[in-house]
Amino acid sequence: MRRGGAAALSFVVFLMVWKLATVIGGYPEYILPAPEVVGERAWRAIGSGILWEHSAVTLLEIVLGFVVGATAAVVTGIALGKSVLIERVLSPYIVAAQAVPILALAPLLDIWFGGGLLARVVICALIIFFPIAIATMVGIRSVDPLLTEMLRSLGATNPQRTRLLEIPSALPVIFGGLRVGVTLAVIGAVVAEWAGASLGLGVLINIANQGLFDTPLMFVALATLAIIGLVFYGLVLFVERRLLSH
Amino acid sequence: MSAHSTQGTGLGTGLGTGLGVTIDDVGVYFGARSDGVEALGGVNLEIAAGSFTAVIGPNGCGKSTLLRLVAGLLEPTGGTVMVDGSVPRPGDGRAGLGFQQPRLISWRTTIDNVALPLELAGVPAAERRARASEALDRVGLTAAASLRPRELSGGMAQRAAIARALIGDPPVLLLDEPFSALDALTRETFNDELQRLWMERPRTVVFVTHSVSEAVALADRVVVMTPRPGRVARIVDVDLPRPRPAELLGDPRAAELAAEVRAALSEGHALELRPWADQEGAA
Repeated sequence: MRRGGAAALSFVVFLMVWKLATVIGGYPEYILPAPEVVGERAWRAIGSGILWEHSAVTLLEIVLGFVVGATAAVVTGIALGKSVLIERVLSPYIVAAQAVPILALAPLLDIWFGGGLLARVVICALIIFFPIAIATMVGIRSVDPLLTEMLRSLGATNPQRTRLLEIPSALPVIFGGLRVGVTLAVIGAVVAEWAGASLGLGVLINIANQGLFDTPLMFVALATLAIIGLVFYGLVLFVERRLLSH
Repeated sequence: MSAHSTQGTGLGTGLGTGLGVTIDDVGVYFGARSDGVEALGGVNLEIAAGSFTAVIGPNGCGKSTLLRLVAGLLEPTGGTVMVDGSVPRPGDGRAGLGFQQPRLISWRTTIDNVALPLELAGVPAAERRARASEALDRVGLTAAASLRPRELSGGMAQRAAIARALIGDPPVLLLDEPFSALDALTRETFNDELQRLWMERPRTVVFVTHSVSEAVALADRVVVMTPRPGRVARIVDVDLPRPRPAELLGDPRAAELAAEVRAALSEGHALELRPWADQEGAA
């Protein structure tokens, strides 16, 4: 209750500061619309169905991109963590790929993967891959060597050690990576949509901003992305708390 | 093996009396020959099936290394280690190893920690639980079955660790200073209980300790080791009757034996100070 109250209060303060800025600054609507203008625009966007139409596409991209990217990253991170050889061979490529701006690569990836949902899922997955893979590797490496020796003394096979010790003990660190990753997945979906898509919140931002000069609608799209990010972050947090409740 | 595994329920039910361990001219080197550490240098030891052996020596004399060799966790650089005539392997079911720290898995309940060896061996869940709760009963942890390690006291955690080492009913039990982190009173109780467990169900026990009185109170034979590189300095046979209550340590014979062990320990230290005496000194 108290946590919810604090959050509500901070939101009210945020709206007040926003409103104050528009009043004091006297900015035109296409530079900084007031909160009630954005609210009214959101109401119309929901009513016309346009917001849901675009959001549904983006949500699908985020969910698929996150699942695919996180799964690949955790598997890769386990391999990196367990084998120094694999880490030596793969990590230069992983780091180099991370250093290349995905924004520049996105149009190319869009062509490579056929320009459809698949391409957008791949771009989204690529963006979240790095932090999750690195977190998993670090988590796997931080296993207590005394417990490893204990399991070895009981004749545990390498897969048994991974399943019963390494993954569970790496989970808190892996979830740290997943939390970062899930917010990046939202950015990934938008970047992917900018590279070539006809629907999605990223597309809606472009339409509102450059096509219609409808800045309040752009703010509606941005706010929706923010809410999606918060909800997914909350979901990851919820799963984390359930799994690590001991 | 099959003789007691057919007894099914494990602890305390078998008829076997353990397996013999032969350590023949064993040396262990860590790292490169040029700048490595020689942990053990030519250890010879014959451990009779069903006997209780205490290994005592200064820090770094390779006592723990010796246990790891018998558990099959480590291969000797030279010489051979045999359990019942064959090379030990982790998980071959012949040796159970108890460590100085309980080494329980923090996200598992006590009973699941104790059942871990059975889980690794593919024993079905229902049988696992039955045998683990029986093992917990034996060490007096019945009420702690569903607690997590952080909810256990140091003594309870160490009991759970011993239950885990015993659950597969290994013919050889290897204990590496299992009670060293406990307070003196708890430690005495543990020694009594360990003796009781062993008398109920004799098996080969190798017990590493820093404590002369603990060694004399528990063991049939006390193996005294020299400082690094560890060798057997002296073997003291303890001919005290069993069971040995704590009061027995006041007995003159016990005091005599303890003095003998202490003398052997300080001889070992003297060897370290006069390395040239090393050759003729070690037994």
